[in-house]
Amino acid sequence: MEAATTAAKVNPVIPKRKLHRDGIKLLLMVLPFILIAFAFSYVPLFGWIYAFYDYKPGIPLSKTEFIGFENFVEMFNDPSMGRVLINTISLSGLSILCSPIPLVLAIMVSEVKSGWFKRIVQTTSTLPNYISWIIVYSLAFSIFSTDGVLNQIVMKLGLSDTPINLLGNADRVWSFQTGLLIWKTVGWSAIIYLAAIVSIDGEQYDAAKVDGAGRFRSIWHITIPSIMPTFLVLLLLSISNLLSAGFEQYLVFNNMLVADRIEVIDLYVYRLGLITQDYSYSTAVGIFKTVISVVLLFTVNLFSRKVRGESIV
Amino acid sequence: MTRKTIHWPDALFNIVNYFLLTLLVIATIYPFYYIFIYSISDSFKAQSGVYLWPAGFSLESYKAAVHLRGISQAAFISLLRTIFGTAITVVCCSFFAYLITKQEMPFRKVIYRFVLITMYFNAGFIPWYLTMKAYGFQNNFLLYIIPSALIGFYVILIKTFMEQLPASLEESAKIDGAGYMVIFSRIIFPLSMPIIATIAVFAAVGQWNTWFDNYFLVENPKLQTLQLLLYNLLNQSNNLSSMTSEQLTRAGAQKVMTPQSIQMTITMLVTLPIVLVYPFLQRFFVKGIMLGAVKG
Repeated sequence: MEAATTAAKVNPVIPKRKLHRDGIKLLLMVLPFILIAFAFSYVPLFGWIYAFYDYKPGIPLSKTEFIGFENFVEMFNDPSMGRVLINTISLSGLSILCSPIPLVLAIMVSEVKSGWFKRIVQTTSTLPNYISWIIVYSLAFSIFSTDGVLNQIVMKLGLSDTPINLLGNADRVWSFQTGLLIWKTVGWSAIIYLAAIVSIDGEQYDAAKVDGAGRFRSIWHITIPSIMPTFLVLLLLSISNLLSAGFEQYLVFNNMLVADRIEVIDLYVYRLGLITQDYSYSTAVGIFKTVISVVLLFTVNLFSRKVRGESIV
Repeated sequence: MTRKTIHWPDALFNIVNYFLLTLLVIATIYPFYYIFIYSISDSFKAQSGVYLWPAGFSLESYKAAVHLRGISQAAFISLLRTIFGTAITVVCCSFFAYLITKQEMPFRKVIYRFVLITMYFNAGFIPWYLTMKAYGFQNNFLLYIIPSALIGFYVILIKTFMEQLPASLEESAKIDGAGYMVIFSRIIFPLSMPIIATIAVFAAVGQWNTWFDNYFLVENPKLQTLQLLLYNLLNQSNNLSSMTSEQLTRAGAQKVMTPQSIQMTITMLVTLPIVLVYPFLQRFFVKGIMLGAVKG
């Protein structure tokens, strides 16, 4: 932006008429992109109107009854809603609680002296970030299912007579899913912190060493404070995403045994809409989620501006 | 400090650190390795357990997988959406980013905001579903490649990059009478290659891995992607074995194969492209995320 502004200052004698024509040309060229953004991000917002009607697929909206906020009131009487919210907040909450793990990994990697080992750790730990949840599901299936490799080992060692069904265990589903999420994302998230650590001035560590600081004190007093800002930004962003617990992950890992505990708000919206065909109520729940998410985002942004002096979005 | 004594807390830290990181590496790699050795094992020997080495050796499951009904079509669709989806995303995001860097554009800031703000809200599932249907994108290949044309995050990255290119290059071309299109395609786009390549890799991996749209809006088996084919297969083998004998005999496999072998093999085939381009990915991705971090 600065570069462009100075460029305009350097060259101030463009004839006014030409400027005007260029402006129109630019507007014409940018128009298709405005339309794309409008068509795919703004037009769906008009669909919110379904939430205020008693809409049934197949009957045109003009012939359906306007019911105002009835669907939103219904949400408070919907017993599923409480369960779904608890699931969503618990799963998001667990992953927020685990958000220091990538930070710790980054510190651990940065303390490794040998270059090749560092490279191996970084390269391998980021690999799961690039595969889809379907692949993760397939991998998890071959390892944790009742005839997966884990159970084969357990049976062979005689640790248990019956196979453990981790994929269908409702009591363990939150921690199991959080574990999978960490497995998939930890290496990738650590990269951001590693970038911050690399940019720390090496002289700080030398000075600390001269002052007699050991490794732990260097980490505590130099490394951690310098990556704290990054950590805070990511933490605030993940708080604003509280209701957006990963849809794809829970969709692929959903099954009858765990459905009650894995159904997050996005899954519920999908089930209400496409399976029960209750478009109106499903849309209402979706609006509820979007509105809360946007409010949360503004709140953490405001908080960040007050506390850190800069906004995050 | 120069004395060569062993500093115990330090040594202990190193041991624990290396140990934990080694565990992490194993935990990450083993599932992939396991799938690999299972897929090249003899299907029936593998049933009694594969842990560290393949049980026997056989490529029969690959032969069978390649002949599985619909798989070549699915691979073709996945490839097609990766190529076209990536191309469209790259061209749209970069040209839009270029236009936005032009100070002389009226309402420049408003337009930029209008596009960027789409990153922060989402109309929800049903409105998305109904809109796509209304556009005629149900059972339509365009669904895979058009809605992802303009992505706010990529636009930010490309615009940030373009702004630090020297303005003089463009001005001299302008004096020579070149229009915006020409300047963009001959000068700005080639000069932005580092960031364009990064975005292309981002977008390609995204396209290869996306199955969401396919799952909800495309029933036509001719338009099925590899990811969804694998997903359906997994769900079938959840209820197990019904598919195997029948489908595999049709596939012309010489021996009947276990569903597990087929599942592992297809997982390998879907993962392989990612693993192969992975070394490049890693470099580009890290670069991309650094640029993103700078924006913060």
